[in-house]
Parts: sequence; structure tokens; C-alpha cells
Amino acid sequence: MKKIYLLDDAIISPLGFSISENLSAIRNKVSGLKFHENKRFDSGGFYAGVIENVTLNEHFSKIGNPESFTKLEKMILLSVHNILFKNPDLDKSKTSLIISSTKGNIDLLQENNGFPKKRVYLAELGKVIKDFFRFKSEPIIVSNACVSGGLGLAIAKRFIMAGKFEHAIIVGGDLVSDFVVSGFQSFQALSEYPCKPFSKNRNGISLGEAAAALLVSSKKGIGANNICLIGDASANDASHISAPSRTAEGLHKSIQNALQEAQITSEEIQYVSAHGTATIFNDEMESIAFNKSGLEDVPVNSFKGYYGHTLGASALLESILTKHSLLNNELYPSLNFDEPGVSKPLNVIENLKNTPLKYAVKTASGFGGCNLALVFKKEENE
Amino acid sequence: MSNPYKISNFVRIRDQRIFHGEKKLFSCEEATHLKRFLKESYKFLNISYPKFHKMDALCKLGILAAEVLFKNMEIPTDTALVFSNSASSLETDKKHKILMEATVSPAVFVYTLPNIVLGEISIKHKLQSENAFFISDKFNAGLLADYSEILLDTSKADAVVCGWIEWKNAEYDVFLCLISKEGEVSFSEENLEELYRFENE
Repeated sequence: MKKIYLLDDAIISPLGFSISENLSAIRNKVSGLKFHENKRFDSGGFYAGVIENVTLNEHFSKIGNPESFTKLEKMILLSVHNILFKNPDLDKSKTSLIISSTKGNIDLLQENNGFPKKRVYLAELGKVIKDFFRFKSEPIIVSNACVSGGLGLAIAKRFIMAGKFEHAIIVGGDLVSDFVVSGFQSFQALSEYPCKPFSKNRNGISLGEAAAALLVSSKKGIGANNICLIGDASANDASHISAPSRTAEGLHKSIQNALQEAQITSEEIQYVSAHGTATIFNDEMESIAFNKSGLEDVPVNSFKGYYGHTLGASALLESILTKHSLLNNELYPSLNFDEPGVSKPLNVIENLKNTPLKYAVKTASGFGGCNLALVFKKEENE
Repeated sequence: MSNPYKISNFVRIRDQRIFHGEKKLFSCEEATHLKRFLKESYKFLNISYPKFHKMDALCKLGILAAEVLFKNMEIPTDTALVFSNSASSLETDKKHKILMEATVSPAVFVYTLPNIVLGEISIKHKLQSENAFFISDKFNAGLLADYSEILLDTSKADAVVCGWIEWKNAEYDVFLCLISKEGEVSFSEENLEELYRFENE
């Protein structure tokens, strides 16, 4: 079977700068979404998951000068550092760096930010990260809307399987910038309260910022259990550039193709980590796709109630959480879920549950009609 | 490194000219700005697609290029789109940035992602296929060749359209190749690079 191993990971988010802090918040239903004042809103502000600069700079000053890097760079650098620090023997000449972001340093479009103009380019972001850690090869940069982070992971698998490199660090990051806030507001896509994925009373997304990094390899880790990515697929809806497909064809096709590659059936899936943005149309579309795929009874959650929608980071962040879900045999609650609110039945996880887990699916969808599905498996060492 | 795939066809849009393979298909002789060139090309290619007029220039370039590339042929349903550029959607980003001072438009904001062009082409040509948008500071033939080959080898795609689609300031540069088992030119990093360079000189 073709697979890669998910060896180590890091999350920099409003819920904490370590995996344990993030998992502990999730277990205790603590959300990173807070009210932020903003004069664009009649209500005086909006809910979002924002990383505090003071905390970020405090952490970052241990590895570099906080003045020399943008907020996003600091988040990304810290997440990659956390992995490299814990894996000092990693051969960087055999490790590819894959970066996923939708808007990168887009906040630098503002005048007088103290950084060179070219720093707004995603390729410059790549260069900053590569140079900081002295990676040998050019980073691969993926900018494919809200599936970017998960697609980066799929791309890592595809290149590793083809023997192009042995290991990869995939890092995803995006900010809650006024650029995206104003844009999503113009779409009337932002929720006036913390987002409520799959709920009857959901009315839009909450934005969030995070950096997530994941070390993957063709070789298995030394731990008792290993999580591997065993199937991956993406498919375009070919239906609309900003609205999910009403028939959910792209996501359904992605799930089918990913399961087929993994050589398992939907009956074996024990957990689905959904995209669950809490817009009316996204969650509805996902419920259709999951029903068409025979996943309607499988426990499902969205992590957006904790983090908000972290855009290019989200599918990677949630893949990492899925990995820990499998390792810990824990199903994490889908925060802010109240009454069922999609037309097809779903088994939304309301409370933390301990149960043996082996197979999970992660899905994501985004603007431009893109969809992605990943299939994970827990391998138990003898 | 050899593979069974061919560069079946390619399209080049640059400096007010459209090339289909090595044949010049269309050009605006007088110096003209991008907006006019896009409109003239649309007319010349005889496209009837009202949505075209709502798109930003990056998507218009993509629609024009796909029209040339797919002319008179049946495209396999699983034709993957693997595009790249350096500027992402920066020109539309700048437009949105200006609107942020006044009234933001969802019709502009939706184009502030580079992969929207993949969506527009997928809708026009009914492609429910693999998409990837890569960013690199310059044309990276190795990345495009490797990734496209992997998609074909693993049957994640029956054919691939890969290449470069850039819109930066008033400049634009499109080079898209259809990769399949049909054709004469072997699909390799070197040939991809050569075709891109050739038209650029």
C-alpha cells in the first residue's frame, strides 16, 4: 500500500503554542474565538481567533528577532522550529519544505509597514522560511484557497511515493487580516456570533489565524503507533467559483477516489473531520456528500468552533488534530453545535468520547470549487 | 528519465499575441492595453460566454488559453489543472485593497485567489478533476513536470494541463501545455523549459 507516515507536528494558535495546550483546550470545549472591535461592523466588531502579538513575540524572541519578521512569518517559523527542535537528526537535504497559504503576507499591502515591498509575494515568504532554517531545496508553495493545507499534505505524499524526496515538512499559515475580513464581510459570510458548524442556527463563518506544521516521511516512526496517510484525492465541482456545489459532486468524487486509493470502504471509517465552516451552503453541501458516500452514521466534527476558519492552514491543522484523535482514541466535540441544521442526517460529535479508532477521513472545500479528501490509518506496531 | 507522455499541444499568450503551438493565431498589431487585448482576443476566438466579462484579467487569460488549447478536441474528463505563477492574484488584491477604503465588492474579492482561474476553466469545460496552484518566483519546469507526471502515473488524471499564468502590473505571460499520451514531443522538464524559453526570446 502506498502511504506516508505522519511523524511529528506543531500548532501555533490562539489556543496555545504546543500540541498539548491545543488538545487540552479542545477536550475542555475552550474556544479561541473572541470578540474583536472593528468599525466595519454595525455590531461594532466580529468574532475571530486571533493570536496575541505579545505572546507571539515572547515565544519568537527565543529563536529570532521579532522585529525582523512579519506576524505570519513568526507563526510559521515557530511551528517549523518546534518540529526541527524535536527532530535534531532530521536530514534536511532529504527533506522538502511545502508551504500552504492563501494570502500570505497580504497585510503588507498597507503602506509604511517597515518591510520591503516584495515581501508581500508568497515566494518571498518561502525564501524567508527556507533561509531561516537553511533548507537546501526550494520550498514548494501551494495556494489553492481553503484546501491549501490539506493539498500540501497530499502533494507531499505524491512526491514521496514517487521517490522525489524522503521526508517533508508541510506548513500552513494564514492571518485574520483586514483584507480577508472585509472581503468575507462583503460576501455576508461572517457569523455575528462564534460560528456554529452543522447547526440549525448557523449563519456564517468565524475567521481565525494559525500556523500548523507536520513532518511526514516514507519511513515509520519509532512510537508504538503510527498514523499514515493512505489515500488522497481532490476534485473540482465545475459548478461555481464562490458557492459550494448543490449536488456536492466534487467532494463526493474526492472521497470516493481517496477511499479507492486507500483500498477501504466507507464502512471502515470511524471518524470524519469535516470542513464545517458553518455557512448555510457549505455545511449543507457536506451533509449531501457524506450521505452519498455512506458516511452519514460516522461520528463527524468541525474544529471551526475552536479556531475559526484558518483558511490555508485549516485542512492541515485539522489533519494534525485528526492524527491525535486516532492516536488518543478520542473523538473531539464539534463546538457550538446545537440543533441539527442540515437536510441530510449526520452524526455530529457533541461530547468528548473515548473509543478505539483506526480509520479517519478529513475533508475540505474552498473557493474556486476545489474539494479534497484524505484517508488516515493507525498502524499498530507489534 | 523517460515517460510515455507527450506535450500534445501548447498555448502562449504574451505581448499582445496568442500562439497555438508554434503557430501565431492572433495578434493586436498596435500597442494596446491588456483590457483591450483581452476583448479583441475574445472576439477573435469567437467565444460566447457572458461570464467572461465578469472575470478578472487572470481568469480571462486562463479562459482564452484553455479555449485555444481545447479547440476541436475532446478533453478527457479527468484532465488535471496544474498552474503556477509568482504574483498569485496580486493585481486583483491591489484592487480589493483600494476598495477597502470605500466599499468592498464581493465580485472583486472572489478573484483574490490564484486558483479561481482553475475553477473558471473547470466550469467552462466541465472538468471535475485534480487542481493545484503552485507559486514560484519564476517558471519552474521541474516542479510542473514532476507533479504532472505523478498525477498521470498514479491515474489521478488522464491528461494534465500544466504551465504558467502570470499577470503582474500591465504585464501578462501565459504558457499552458496539454500533457497526454498523444503527440510527438516527449514530456520532459527540458522540453517544457525549452518551449517556455523559446517563445520568451
